[in-house]
Amino acid sequence: MQRYEMGDYDVIVVGAGHAGCEAALAPARMGLSTLMLSITLEAIAMMPCNPSIGGTGKGHLVREIDALGGEMGINTDKVFIQSRMLNTAKGPAVHSLRAQADKQRYHEEMKKTIERQENLDMKQAEVVDLIVEDNTVRGVVTKTGGVYRAKAVILATGTFLRGKIFIGESSYYSGPNGMAASVELSDSLKKYGIFLRRFKTGTPARVDGKTLDYGEMTVQHGDEKIVPFSFMNELLDKNRADCWLSYTNEKTHEIIRANFHRSALFTGEIEGVGPRYCPSIETKIDRFADKKRHQLFVEPEGLGTDEMYIQGMSSSLPEDVQEQFYHTIPGLTHCKIVRPAYAIEYDCIDSLDLKTTLESRVIGNLYFAGQTNGSSGYEEAAAQGLMAGINAALKIQGKKPFILDRSEAYIGVLIDDLVTKGTQEPYRIMTSRVEYRLLLRQDNAAERLTEKGYRIGLVSEERYQRYLTLKKETEEEMQRLRTTYVTPAEADDFLLSIGSSPLQNRISLAELLKRPQVTYENMAAVDPQRPSLSYHSTLQAYVNIKYEGYISKQLAQIEKFRRLESQLLPQDLDYSELDGIRLEARQKLNDFRPDSVGQASRISGVSPADINVLLIHLEKRRRQQGMEDAEKMSAGEKTKERADDNRGEGDEKTE
Amino acid sequence: MEQTIAAVATAPGESGIGIIRISGPEAPEILKRVFEYKSGKKAEKFEERRMIYGNIADEKGEIIDEAMVVYMKAPHTYTGEDVAEIQCHGSIVSLRKILSLVLSCGAQPAERGEFTKRAFLNGKIDLAQAEAVNDVIKAVSDEGSRSAVSQLGGSLSAVIISIRTQMADLLSEIIAHIEYPEEDLEELTYAQITEELAKISERIKRLADSADTGRIVRDGLKLCIAGRPNVGKSSLMNALLKTDRAIVTDIPGTTRDTIEEFASVAGIPVRLTDTAGIRETEDTIEKIGIQRSRDSIRSADIVIFVADGSQRLSEEDTEIISQLSGKNVIFVFNKSDLGIRVTRGEIEDLLREKNIDADCTFAEISALTGEGIDRIAEQIRDTVFRGKAAADNEILITNVRHADLLHQALRFLSDADSMLRSGEALDFAETDIRSAWSLLGEIIGETVNQDILTEVFSRFCLGK
Repeated sequence: MQRYEMGDYDVIVVGAGHAGCEAALAPARMGLSTLMLSITLEAIAMMPCNPSIGGTGKGHLVREIDALGGEMGINTDKVFIQSRMLNTAKGPAVHSLRAQADKQRYHEEMKKTIERQENLDMKQAEVVDLIVEDNTVRGVVTKTGGVYRAKAVILATGTFLRGKIFIGESSYYSGPNGMAASVELSDSLKKYGIFLRRFKTGTPARVDGKTLDYGEMTVQHGDEKIVPFSFMNELLDKNRADCWLSYTNEKTHEIIRANFHRSALFTGEIEGVGPRYCPSIETKIDRFADKKRHQLFVEPEGLGTDEMYIQGMSSSLPEDVQEQFYHTIPGLTHCKIVRPAYAIEYDCIDSLDLKTTLESRVIGNLYFAGQTNGSSGYEEAAAQGLMAGINAALKIQGKKPFILDRSEAYIGVLIDDLVTKGTQEPYRIMTSRVEYRLLLRQDNAAERLTEKGYRIGLVSEERYQRYLTLKKETEEEMQRLRTTYVTPAEADDFLLSIGSSPLQNRISLAELLKRPQVTYENMAAVDPQRPSLSYHSTLQAYVNIKYEGYISKQLAQIEKFRRLESQLLPQDLDYSELDGIRLEARQKLNDFRPDSVGQASRISGVSPADINVLLIHLEKRRRQQGMEDAEKMSAGEKTKERADDNRGEGDEKTE
Repeated sequence: MEQTIAAVATAPGESGIGIIRISGPEAPEILKRVFEYKSGKKAEKFEERRMIYGNIADEKGEIIDEAMVVYMKAPHTYTGEDVAEIQCHGSIVSLRKILSLVLSCGAQPAERGEFTKRAFLNGKIDLAQAEAVNDVIKAVSDEGSRSAVSQLGGSLSAVIISIRTQMADLLSEIIAHIEYPEEDLEELTYAQITEELAKISERIKRLADSADTGRIVRDGLKLCIAGRPNVGKSSLMNALLKTDRAIVTDIPGTTRDTIEEFASVAGIPVRLTDTAGIRETEDTIEKIGIQRSRDSIRSADIVIFVADGSQRLSEEDTEIISQLSGKNVIFVFNKSDLGIRVTRGEIEDLLREKNIDADCTFAEISALTGEGIDRIAEQIRDTVFRGKAAADNEILITNVRHADLLHQALRFLSDADSMLRSGEALDFAETDIRSAWSLLGEIIGETVNQDILTEVFSRFCLGK
């Protein structure tokens, strides 16, 4: 094939899904020339599975992406058709926002944003090969022979890499939603020593909404008060659509059971590993045989279409079986299936082959993000895309990498889990994977991350100013609540009315707020001077005061974690020479080369005992080097700088 | 900056001299604070490597023991740091008191092998040359890992795993409700959770309680011999010790202060406190002694109440018995050689009458002839190993770190419980239960969160 030069960029992103979009927007916004390539531009921000963004844990990720200057939250706010805050009966740490999005408009709005982004080009092209020199990626080659050169390449190939669709006995190479699969790039990656494995996921059928019996199902309305995903927005206006709830029954199960032998999942056709948290309906019926019914949700795909998504009913059973069992469900008895359910299997890498920056350990300046790393979900993909984009940009700029740790963000937990623990199935974020959940709330993402995003040059001046304003507003409101007092005479009627006990003495509003029955909203009865504030500041002030005790308890717990995390490991350390560490652990450490002691402690096969011995060796090393470098600088600074070097990869010089 | 550490450097038990070693930058300062010359004068500074004689006294100036002290300057010391050593009498009491005084002056208790670890870190011992360092490293690693557990034959680890499984079951239920708020799950009530938490806490508490027995096995049983003057307490102590440490006379009030000894009784290390006879007195020194007697009854694991069996119970006996509420008591009727006039029933009636809830056994002895002494030794042994310690397959927690982790875990569970009871949200409680779960994991060197999620997905049908 004749190859020809097509251009030179700082960053090239392969793939235009949720990871690809964030991965392309971030470097462009940080001032680097960026190119986004996709097999088809129709795939930009496509939602090939569920028509919603957010949910437990995932909503946190969206808020964090937004706080750092990413696009997912803003885009969702533009096109949501129904919004719900989940888990409101529980504490603020697990409140999770989820919005039904108009899929078509989600794609269109994101595409528009990308088209209008300065420094960012997009092009429809299939990448079939990488250009690698000196173990460092230098560009990509397209199917038509075009050569695009770049300083860094981010692969966000989703389920496209050797994608294979299964519907019953039939299977064929395909990307999601009938798009073309990317087959040749897999071979190229293998050629360069990148290990690939197979994962599997699936999606349910889409049905024609006009053929449903809504009277047979339970309606699910959206929230009255619509909270935005993006920090840049105040409360949003109305919901435009409803969702519906229904159940499978014995008849459904009977049909499915009778056809197990025709499901690609059970025939052994599918070699890929599927996610436990997102099982197909046949898996559910197989594994939970005693369960009489399974719940399902019917969700609109958008306002411009009648298509409805049947959440909870993904399947790889043949089309004829699908026709039978979907029709057994109340509300769906007359439904017309417009797109059958399918399972899709795809190539992905082992995330243990990545550094914390999402750069490959095998090939320099090559980054991976999203489903291709073995994760699952739009939000997980977007979060990785953003971090890969940021780190590729920082590396090109010769700056220190941007790492979020487990105590800072869900994004930190997500990436640390992927690159340290690895995953044996498509990885989904969960609030219970997060150790310091009370601190990493979806409501305080801006407070946690916007300053950081601003410092790396991704957060816009406008967002940063808004952040500073609202932060000040929050602080002032907290101060006001702490210094405004109510007397028993003023408050007792209110307290008795909400089932709380009367006051002994006068008490500050902040103290009052800590009572279980008192909320910021109902306390308005005894707080006539309350200023009118933004939604965000009000919530922040409320949560910070109400849960002060729990928050400080968790802050104390974080200390120990931070100590190990801030103890960085020299990259030139030869673990095989460290006496006292078990052999298995030495090998693991040598292979993995963790950034910090904290990270080392999370590697499977490294025990707490090994970590203790490692700490002793580190201390000895520090003292020896401290003595040698005594004149130049203090030992502490030296250790830190050395470690920063470690985090900055390859031969790039840190400042 | 390095912390200053201190520990008793000599082996526990009976020995003539004991050494407390202090290492680190604060060592000379701490020595200055605890040491004074015989004259009561404080030392301005210590000449390096020179032994001086004087007293160790607490901040109020009360003398704890006489001692020889020495200061050695870094780097020419064992650890390579500033080191101070206090040589005092070898009794456990004196060593403990001095150590706690040193710790109250700002030193941290040294971990196992920490002096040697510091010596290694400061280049005083070479890793290749010093074989002992491997042991040290091993000792340090034991702290966090399997070895410590395997010392207990893996039985502790089996119990911890079983408790953690129970916790994981509960957690997975709660987590399923948190992660899948819209899922069609069976309702989970707070009452169900608190009930399960109580069961789990009870199991952990049994283990933690065994740490008391474990401590006894490690540090010695605190045994207090109490009784009115001249009933033969010191004779009994001597009989138990088979030595003549306490002066035995027939003048009431001979033992004016408490005497503590470290001994082995029926294979159990015992710290025996012979108390001054408790009675009303005008003698100031004796008053202090009596106060101490009361204190040692309070802190004792077992009280041996000695009465003169050849006489009727007196007012003074009754007064002492009234202090025995909540204690393990061995009632000893001494002087059986002179005939016994006190009955077990008498004592039991008295206890009932005074509403004293004590765990009692009885023995008749003659300290003079040695008759019945063996029986007391057996009773001590039975008391140590019965009850609490027998639970959960007789596992004894002997490791302070383990006991501490268990207590921390209990605190988290109790927090979770009170949150649920006050109607606070489920996820707060879940955070605390998860913390407790990880703490138990630290005992067996296992904290990976993944287990619970595996449990969640295997038990519940979840997902879209």
